[in-house]
Amino acid sequence: MIPAAFDYVRAESAEEAISLIGQHGDEAKFIAGGHSLLPMMKLRLAQPSVLIDIGRLSDLSYIRDGGDHIAIGAMTRHMDVETSDLLEQHVPLLAHAAGHVGDPQVRHRGTIGGSIAHADPASDLPATTLALGATYIAQGPNGTREIAASDFYQTFFESALNADEVLTEIRVPKMNGAGWSFQKFNRRAQDWAIVGVAAWRNGDQAGVGLVNMGATPVLATSVAAAIAGGASVAEAAEQAAADADPQADLNASVEYRQHLARVLTRRALETASA
Amino acid sequence: MEITVTVNGTPQTHDVEPRLLLVQYIREVVGLTGTNIGCDTSSCGACSLHLNGEAVKSCTVLAVQADGQDIRTIEGMAAADGTLHPMQQAFMENHGLQCGYCTPGMVMAATSLLQENPNPTEEDVRLGLEGNLCRCTGYHNIVKSVLAAASANA
Repeated sequence: MIPAAFDYVRAESAEEAISLIGQHGDEAKFIAGGHSLLPMMKLRLAQPSVLIDIGRLSDLSYIRDGGDHIAIGAMTRHMDVETSDLLEQHVPLLAHAAGHVGDPQVRHRGTIGGSIAHADPASDLPATTLALGATYIAQGPNGTREIAASDFYQTFFESALNADEVLTEIRVPKMNGAGWSFQKFNRRAQDWAIVGVAAWRNGDQAGVGLVNMGATPVLATSVAAAIAGGASVAEAAEQAAADADPQADLNASVEYRQHLARVLTRRALETASA
Repeated sequence: MEITVTVNGTPQTHDVEPRLLLVQYIREVVGLTGTNIGCDTSSCGACSLHLNGEAVKSCTVLAVQADGQDIRTIEGMAAADGTLHPMQQAFMENHGLQCGYCTPGMVMAATSLLQENPNPTEEDVRLGLEGNLCRCTGYHNIVKSVLAAASANA
């Protein structure tokens, strides 16, 4: 399968990338690792006329201790997130979830920023960073702004990023020893989740993010509220589908997805509470 | 767009269309057909090669993205005198291939895996090769081959 023809330009800095996207407008797309965009282009589901390659912006590939959070450059590859000692220590849920993205070859190319900006509700890292209460940093022609993960996802493949903005950093609060679990249900090893759950718990505080349970990644606030209100794990997990509006597809009916969300949330919270 | 890449140690410069996939570039422009196209959807791993020393699926990389980078294909694994790479030797000795279509991708993925984890368990090998499908379903001997190559290195 061959993508439709396009022009290719390589940005040498975030500023140049923003200037290039301003110049080329709506028909241009950023490409980082390309592991979400290129498959769509090969299927002609996406036909940008210009690709702006930001994959070489190595100054956006880092994992740093930011005090109360860990700051991750948008061009950090999944493999580097998965194997980061800093994340293993402070945000183990994210490191673990990154190890479930695709397969090793995909993780050598795909980036955390690319995955989040792509805003696919079936991807693992949008829901995981949402569960963790992350903040995303966007840079545009007039400077940078912070976008809470909970305000970022609009609908399928649509985010709060403006057309002339590039995602530069992901800030994830340290977990401070909270228990956690990532549950991914699929039929084949490297598939997307039919339903996935990223969860953490620290006493009466909890965060639960759902993968592939609607048009956006879903923050299961009803589950967290139930935990905060003293509910048992089993009781709280019954609320797992309350905030979600899942769709049926080849793999699962709506009811099956709702059932999976409840079961996987219960399993995740049991592990996170242990 | 003109790109220059190093393929198996040899610099190559070609003018390519931006939409040319790396696997097509390697097979049709460079002329090395050991790298196979299987699913063409980054699922099966048949097109795996090393980009800067790490296994990637070359059906999901543009040739222009590889500009200036180092590429190694299955043709670059054996020594100049024909001595097989230890991973190739292990596949041969352990009957790690049946029809052979997935083999170049398996060898490239497996060598990348051992660079990251030189002493894998059987489970590590199975997880590490999750991105490579063998439609003969010959996984048992593939895993055996990779474990044999790992212990030969140790």
